Amino acid sequence: MQWVNILAQGILLGGLYALYGTGLSLIFGVMRLVNLTHGDLMVVAAYLALVAGQLLGLSPWLSLLLVVPALFVIGVVLQRGLLNATLGKGVLPPLIITFGLSVITQNVLQLGFTADTQGLDAGPIEAASLEVTKGVTLGVLPLITFAAAVLVLTGLQLFLTRTKLGRAFRATSDDPTTAELIGINSRQVYGLAMGLSLAIVAVAGVLLGVRTTFAPSDGPARLIYAFETVIIGGLGSLWGTLAGGIILGVAQTVGAQLNPAWFQLAGHLVTLALLAFRPTGLFARTRDAG
Amino acid sequence: MADHVLAVDHIEVFYNEFQALFGVSLEVAAGETVAILGANGAGKTTLLNTIAGVLAPRRGKVSYRGATVSGSPAYRLCRRGISMVPEGRRIFPSLTVEENLEVGAYSGRRGLWQRDAIYNLFPILRDRARVPGTELSGGEQQMLAIGRALMSNPDLILMDEISLGLAPLVVQELYKVVRAVAEAGTTVILVEQDVTRGLKAANRVYCLLEGRVSLEGRPAELGADQISRAYFGV
Amino acid sequence: MPKIESPPPVTHPRSRRMSSRGLAVGSVLLLAILVSLPWWGTPDQMRTLVEFIYFLALAQMWNMLAGYGGMVSFGQQAWIGLGGYTLIVLADDLHVNMFLAVVVGGVVAALVALPTAALAFRLRGGYFAVGTWVIAEVFRLLVASSTEWLKGGLGRSLTAAGLIARPLREQYTYWLAIVIGAGAIALVYTLMRSRVGLGLTAIRDSEAAAMSVGVKITRIKLLVFMMAAFGTGVVGGLIYLNALRITPQASFNIQWSAFMAFIVVIGGLGTIEGPIIGAMLFFVLRHYLSSFGPWSLILLGSIAVIMMLVAPDGLWGVLHRRFGFELFAVRRRLPAALAHGQSAVAEGQPVLSDPAVPETKP
Repeated sequence: MQWVNILAQGILLGGLYALYGTGLSLIFGVMRLVNLTHGDLMVVAAYLALVAGQLLGLSPWLSLLLVVPALFVIGVVLQRGLLNATLGKGVLPPLIITFGLSVITQNVLQLGFTADTQGLDAGPIEAASLEVTKGVTLGVLPLITFAAAVLVLTGLQLFLTRTKLGRAFRATSDDPTTAELIGINSRQVYGLAMGLSLAIVAVAGVLLGVRTTFAPSDGPARLIYAFETVIIGGLGSLWGTLAGGIILGVAQTVGAQLNPAWFQLAGHLVTLALLAFRPTGLFARTRDAG
Repeated sequence: MADHVLAVDHIEVFYNEFQALFGVSLEVAAGETVAILGANGAGKTTLLNTIAGVLAPRRGKVSYRGATVSGSPAYRLCRRGISMVPEGRRIFPSLTVEENLEVGAYSGRRGLWQRDAIYNLFPILRDRARVPGTELSGGEQQMLAIGRALMSNPDLILMDEISLGLAPLVVQELYKVVRAVAEAGTTVILVEQDVTRGLKAANRVYCLLEGRVSLEGRPAELGADQISRAYFGV
Repeated sequence: MPKIESPPPVTHPRSRRMSSRGLAVGSVLLLAILVSLPWWGTPDQMRTLVEFIYFLALAQMWNMLAGYGGMVSFGQQAWIGLGGYTLIVLADDLHVNMFLAVVVGGVVAALVALPTAALAFRLRGGYFAVGTWVIAEVFRLLVASSTEWLKGGLGRSLTAAGLIARPLREQYTYWLAIVIGAGAIALVYTLMRSRVGLGLTAIRDSEAAAMSVGVKITRIKLLVFMMAAFGTGVVGGLIYLNALRITPQASFNIQWSAFMAFIVVIGGLGTIEGPIIGAMLFFVLRHYLSSFGPWSLILLGSIAVIMMLVAPDGLWGVLHRRFGFELFAVRRRLPAALAHGQSAVAEGQPVLSDPAVPETKP
């Protein structure tokens, strides 16, 4: 029974990781870009929610109404202001720029908020749990997170397959030059894709902030979890990202059960094992990271 | 000049330090079908890409309906009525046949070319509507590429080597469609390596040789020798 | 409106290049001055120079990997930690001469780089960068959890250092540093002038084309990866020979890669002179801003970002283009006629770039 609980916890953690990985996977799919600030922006979202709570008295859930649009705008500005200029200039510029921004973000957060850990207060829901069957108890918050992940993935899937803009995203990711020929402004699409990616990051960030504490330097670890989710699940498949998240979550939870210090290590090792034996990931549909 | 829907005025186009076009000029009147002939590497695709807005000339200009368009990006020109069927078809692999057509209408221009009209033009596309675009045969993909370009209801359509790699019968069908499009009033500029096809389909032809216009005229007025010389440069 | 016009033709100023003899003479003189420092300088100056040298050497290695090899790694700290811990284990546990142990640290790193590459090479671009980072994290976590032998998070001290009198140890460390610094530059210089270097340049410009003329891409990349690991590992040993105390969180820290990357980008990617200038600038900045903590990192990050946008060739690139400076001639120039024909690009190449093509040109 103990192990069923652990497995269940790991699966639900996978929901959070799926949210981490989806944004990363989306922009890589559309413009082959890895945003090294990904994790830091999650932390920024959590801090924004914190400020919204302190200044406006908003609960973390209500603060989403502000934080999600805010991160969307940051994404569009980041892409159109900085990253679009590096298109076609090789692999290094976007990596250095996003890495530089990551360093800058962490340190600015530290200057603004000190290195103290913070948390978002969502009230009793944080500790609430549900007894699903005999001996299996699931946290309400992890359940909500998992549900949120499924919702976001479904929404994104519908967006990409059923809407005009979603089709434009897919066309641009296939062939930006030809997309331009049919009237799609690829730079605008990239901006919107980054905006969308960061909107998802915002949701992940707020959920993270409610679930656990956060501090300015927490970004890089989240980036790595997002990366691992995508590697395990495979590129180009939204539901693969959920699978990847679940596997990572389970690996980490099981690892931690064996030895608390092995939480991260277990995840890394599973990722590397996947890389060794199935480099394209489990459910890859389009181009892989190779 | 004012009558011409398209005027290319002494353009010089470079790829970094390599010059591909040397002072190329041409004019196309509304409703005309113009063919651009020439060997591989003569600069035909470069010319089309420049008109479409994919490339910008370093010197000279391109005017469309009296207004300068050289330097404008391709997506803007599409919205103004210039559409291109690119060399190699370039069908979007992640989209189905129907989605490829639907995304062709992204620019929002209205006109008689709607999805059903395209299906009437190319019935086979209707049958394969839900198939991923790149799983079609070469000929079918070419039809899809033409259909996709038509979905933006262009006033000027550019077609780059639509006959490439296709069987003669298929090419014949395609050119029937080209004629239908021209008869509907659309101005057509097509690039062809197959000289006979080009001469048959066009009201006027230009021939490019190593980045320069080597010949211009009506098919009926041009002799085989003349064309040979202009094409091969001997 | 996006600029899609092709750039005006580049006029290369006549290279103001030092003759090879001039370079050799200059280097010997400089080395002579540096080597003699223990007799006329202070221990503080020696220590400062040692620190400068390790940033310089690290930057050369990162540049060899990224600028010449096209592989952007954020996991080079793996070799620093590995080199450092090898030093401690060899010198303290196995009683090997500690200066020798520094070099062995490099060899160990190069050996571990082989299986590492087997994994990392399955990734490209940004994913390769994060992948190398993850691998470094694995090393960190493994060492951190090895509480018996490697003392985990508490770290270990180089007790063998006590065996030699301090002034002598510092002198030897200093001289070792000079050898390492000169060695790093010599390594990159020799590599780039060799056939391997030619292959690398070809790969960087176009992998497909390089493959078609028989360049063994994976083998060359592996060689460069292992050499960079070796160099970085040796520097890792030097760092902890100097610092005398190592912890996993300090040695396997992403900040090392960050510094290497920033130094190279600011100084100039893909040249030997670039990392030298970058290291000098970095060192000066560090010296004046060390008390400002987050501000210094914000400034460093900002400079790197701005450089990448405004001067991707780095400071040295700007100097080279404006004044034709060149110290280490590793660039290969084609005869003019050939160059003109060579740059012919296939017709129809879109100017709006296709980001799907993994380009490795800086």
